[in-house]
This record gives sequence, structure tokens and C-alpha cells, in this order.
Amino acid sequence: MSARIGVVTFPGTLDDRDAARAVRLAGADAVSLWHADEDLHGVDAIVLPGGFSYGDYLRAGAISRFAPIMDGIVDAAHGGMPVLGICNGFQVLTEVHLLPGSMIKNEHLHFVCRDQTLRVENAETSWTTEYREGEEIVIPLKNQDGQYVADDRTLDELEAEGRVAFRYVGWNPNGSRRDIAGITNARGNVVGLMPHPEHAVEPGFGPDSRESGRRGTDGLGFFTSAVKGLLAIA
Amino acid sequence: MAKIVVHVMPKPEILDPQGKAVGAALPRLGFTGIAEVRQGKRFELTVDGEVTDEILDNARKAAETLLSNPVIEDVISVKVAREGGCGCGGHGHHHGGERKDLLA
Repeated sequence: MSARIGVVTFPGTLDDRDAARAVRLAGADAVSLWHADEDLHGVDAIVLPGGFSYGDYLRAGAISRFAPIMDGIVDAAHGGMPVLGICNGFQVLTEVHLLPGSMIKNEHLHFVCRDQTLRVENAETSWTTEYREGEEIVIPLKNQDGQYVADDRTLDELEAEGRVAFRYVGWNPNGSRRDIAGITNARGNVVGLMPHPEHAVEPGFGPDSRESGRRGTDGLGFFTSAVKGLLAIA
Repeated sequence: MAKIVVHVMPKPEILDPQGKAVGAALPRLGFTGIAEVRQGKRFELTVDGEVTDEILDNARKAAETLLSNPVIEDVISVKVAREGGCGCGGHGHHHGGERKDLLA
């Protein structure tokens, strides 16, 4: 039996195909979910991919959060289902209050696209068990509204509870508070981050690695973590 | 047709990168003496018929739930634009009551 991981497409989502491919490369079945679906078609986990859902109108993720499928996702997340929000998906998770804080425009106002080094700060979430705590990984980053902000109390809470899942290393590309690249909920099943693990899953199509160009597959661990966790429960 | 006007601003403690960029551009164009710019949003909600208490109440709820994100933004005001108020689309001849204070 293989795990079934749903990948949600909103109008304006861009990275759903890559996310589905990452799910398949990790050994799971990728199930396409449409934003207007009323139910989750029996999937075991959910990926909210990147892009510009609803054109980022109003605020990134602000309109997607009211899509019909989101009620089911919120319920499932509260029930412990692994949910990963990447970039725009992370913005949706904050707008729907599954994760605290919000993203505003990058401090320098430029769109950034680069291979970004991150440190895995929490290797116990549903999406990070295949990493070691403190491990540095390189995956692509591409966004304009990537500056993570929250009030100091929330940030202190995240730090104290080990809920900062990833931090930027070397350069903070968007002015995010405390170099935060991604966070998790208290239970560890909901994870959101701005950089894109789904673009670093297959040799030849990822970031440059130490060994050779485009060989980086540091993002695959997100998906294999979820698959292993799901199969352990099944 | 009546109109409800909602003003939303980034919270004071949140850095406003767009406002900062506009603020930096002003002196380059010769507009001196402006210390800081913060950029917000204005929504105009057009209502069929009169603005009842219920509709205004709904607009307030919409302002707090969809039109703003309380983590990064404050709803500054939710006001009914006066009859015959500025529906002109902004041609510089503002005659709406709520704008007078700004022009004074």
C-alpha cells in the first residue's frame, strides 16, 4: 500500500506539477485536488504548493483561504494530518490561522530567485524526520512577499517551543524576523516555509550541489519524511 | 447607490517596504519635507439602496476578516460615504464630506 498525498491547485497556483512529481519520487501517490473540491478524496497528507493563487490580490493567500477545500484541510490539520505549505501555500496557512504570523513584501522590494541555504532547526515534524537537527540544506527560493513577520511574543513562543523549523543561513533573503524560513504548529504536522523543496528532488533539475551542477536533491527529504511517517501509522 | 469606505493600514510596528520606497522616491522628485510615508488600502463597497445597520455591521466584519489581516494590518475606519459623495473616481474635485478634513 502506498501513501496518498493530495496536492491542491488554486487558480494561479504554479508549482502543483512539481509538487506532485516530488510526491511520486518519494514513493507516494499524488492526488490532484481542486480548490473547489468539498472533500479531500481520502488523502493521507496535503501539500499546498507555491504560485500566485488568485493573483495575490488583496494579500498573498488571503482569498485562497476561503476556498471550499480549505474547511476540510483545516479540520484534517487539527486532526493531525500532515500538511505542508510551500511559499504561497505557507501564506495560505498563515491566512487560515493554521500557522501564526504573516508574510509581507521583501524588505528590499525585489523578487528573489536563488539557491538558498537553510538550517533544519526541527527534525521532528511530519515533514523533516529524514533530516538531522542542525543539518544545512540547499533548495531554491523564489518570492516577492517572503518577509516573515509576527509580534515579539509570538516569535519568542515559536523559539521556546522549537517551532522555528528552518532558518536562512548566510543571507537573509527577505528581511524575515530572526532569519525564519519556515515554522511548524505545536503538534508538528503542519509545516510552512518560503523556499521550495519540491524543486530539489531529482538529479539534473535541482540546485547546484558540491559535486556538480543541478544535482541537488536536498528537498526530497520533506516528502520521504511524510511518506515514512504515514506508512508507519498504516 | 450608497458607498461604504474602508481604510486599512499596516500596523505601526510593522515595517512597510512599499511606503518606505515611496518615501525614498519623493525627495528624488523634489518633494522635500516629508519625513515618512506609509501606504495603506482604501476599499469602496457599493451598496444597493440604503446602508442599513445590518449592512454596515457586515462591512465591519468583512473589514476584520477578509479586507485586513490583523497580524499585519489595522482597520482604521469603516464609514458610510455621504450621499453624492465622491463617486467621481478621483478627478481632483473632491466634494465628499469625509475628505474635507484631509484637504483642510
